[in-house]
Amino acid sequence: MPKTLYDKIWDEHLVHQQPDGTTLLYVDRHLVHEVTSPQAFEGLRMQKRKVRRPELTLAVPDHNVPTTDRSKGILDRESRIQVDTLRNNCKEFGVQLFDVNDVRQGIVHIIGPEQGFTQPGTVIVCGDSHTATHGAFGSLAFGIGTSEVEHVLATQTLIQKKSKNFRINVNGKLPLGVTSKDVILKIIGTIGTAGGTGYVIEFAGEVISSLSVEQRMTICNMTIEAGARAGLIAPDEKTFEYFKGRPMSPKENNWDRALTHWKTLYSDEGCKFDKEINIEGKDIEPLVTWGTSPQDIAPITGIVPDPEKENDEERRIAMYRSLEYMGLKPNMKISDIKVDMIFIGSCTNGRIEDLRAAAKLSKGRKVAKSVTAMVVPGSGLVKKQAEEEGLDKIFIEAGFQWREPGCSMCLAMNDDKLKSKERCASTSNRNFEGRQGRGGRTHLVSPGMAVAAAIQGYLADVREIN
Amino acid sequence: MDKFKNLKSIPAFLPLMNIDTDMIIPKQFLKTIKRTGLGKSLFYEMRYDENGKIIKDFILNNKPYSESKILLAGKNFGCGSSREHAPWALLDFGIKCVISSSYADIFYNNCFNNGILPINVDENIIQELSEYSKRKEEIEINLENQEILYGNKSTKFDLDPAKKKRLLEGLDDIGMSLEKTSSIDNYENRIKKNKPWIVRNDQN
Repeated sequence: MPKTLYDKIWDEHLVHQQPDGTTLLYVDRHLVHEVTSPQAFEGLRMQKRKVRRPELTLAVPDHNVPTTDRSKGILDRESRIQVDTLRNNCKEFGVQLFDVNDVRQGIVHIIGPEQGFTQPGTVIVCGDSHTATHGAFGSLAFGIGTSEVEHVLATQTLIQKKSKNFRINVNGKLPLGVTSKDVILKIIGTIGTAGGTGYVIEFAGEVISSLSVEQRMTICNMTIEAGARAGLIAPDEKTFEYFKGRPMSPKENNWDRALTHWKTLYSDEGCKFDKEINIEGKDIEPLVTWGTSPQDIAPITGIVPDPEKENDEERRIAMYRSLEYMGLKPNMKISDIKVDMIFIGSCTNGRIEDLRAAAKLSKGRKVAKSVTAMVVPGSGLVKKQAEEEGLDKIFIEAGFQWREPGCSMCLAMNDDKLKSKERCASTSNRNFEGRQGRGGRTHLVSPGMAVAAAIQGYLADVREIN
Repeated sequence: MDKFKNLKSIPAFLPLMNIDTDMIIPKQFLKTIKRTGLGKSLFYEMRYDENGKIIKDFILNNKPYSESKILLAGKNFGCGSSREHAPWALLDFGIKCVISSSYADIFYNNCFNNGILPINVDENIIQELSEYSKRKEEIEINLENQEILYGNKSTKFDLDPAKKKRLLEGLDDIGMSLEKTSSIDNYENRIKKNKPWIVRNDQN
């Protein structure tokens, strides 16, 4: 019977089909960070359990590391304890750690692929919802809670129930100035933040094939914002090329065997999806979010929507609440929204290609005087690469701050946060109330749109500076 | 994990859709290395003002709702991050059961690992139950029968039998999976042969 890509990976990882309808699923790769793991290691200690396969787990601190000078260590006491706890746990249980001052340190979803720890066809989990990112390489990757982190550490498996199959085809070509960030925002705006609940989404179509692997990561990354735990893209020549020679990629004879296997990872002709939709690339414009849910999208050329025109009452109430929180009026032009802060970074848009795109637009331009703008590379290696290419100088020259790698202002667990009522054009993934700091107002955009906003001081159309 | 016992409580009603895990427990409280103590910070930014003072008109700040064991909420409850701190905070506050018309997947699973029962019912039932919240009348949850009892009425709810069993018996997932060690060993022996690259050869 023809199978979807998800069916294939699922079937290959089945350890035990349990009588109660659940499945014990093997986990090939487990990523761990400092925020969602301390209680899991503590649980193991209390039950006197070991980590079954320590070499299949890789740990890195990223959520609350400072992005400023690290030579003095972490000043915030609680953050320091959490990072120290991760270090001690890794040592005690024999798990490999990229510590704060290791050049390989960075956001967990950036370092996995960068090292070749992430691989096509694997099951990858992490106590972080943006684990979906790794699906861009044809791996089944999803976020788990801390109890499940403990379960993976102890057994290298998870108890799961299979999700349904959903395919989203993005057809045709993207217009100039439209990026993969706009594609995923469009998808979330179309199906809603619960549109993918209960499904694994496979992204396909000409637009998806035409994207680089890093651009595909942006799409899979925000699958969770559409409600689906995992997003998938079938691996292709670009994917295989990407993994060649990475430190943890298969070597020699194993490379050939892996490649043969990776080439079988696609949805078969005639396989059945429980749900399928089509989106036309030509209909996508550069987008921003106006509200406090990632589905609240508007084209940069558009206006803030009017809740009075919304028929669903629950939705109308939510829209009023969002507009009040965001300090916006219905029907105002999106390009009249003034910004205070620009954040370029995160597991959504903190990779070298994102920084190259942003630097190209920043070259020879200046950040508006009223704006504070920062660039936070996704990893130490991204930072190093950017500096070798001179991107840091372009950013600094234009008036951006150039920071150390980490999650930073995406979730504001470190010092990088918005003050109440401050407004930010951000390349991150969530615009929830308080996400970037209590009372802070977030507009999600692509890196190019973030640069356009930095220069104009208002939400602005990247096509006008392109 | 404690066994789930039948509940009787005045429900607290939060008439909002898309209540995300950042709302349930903001990030500054994720720096803890413990599972307990988060109850006082549950819905922090809705419960306290910028100076840390209690916001009087927020429902969970007032009796009898400050003692509710049941939370009623709008659709897509628990969306956003995977933080298990969200169910930990609910539980530490005293919430043992959430009733909504839909949930985000990760949050939904996390509940069962902490002995919290998330119930799915139609929106019209939520509306009906919200009247009990307003009138400060108790409703009752019977897990064994998969039933919500209110006034002289009752509503059945669907629940995966495996999840139900775990709540009723307070089972330890890890302990049960460790009993499958021989299946895991067999699986690993197979991949060593068939997919040797999965075994991290960069360390050999």
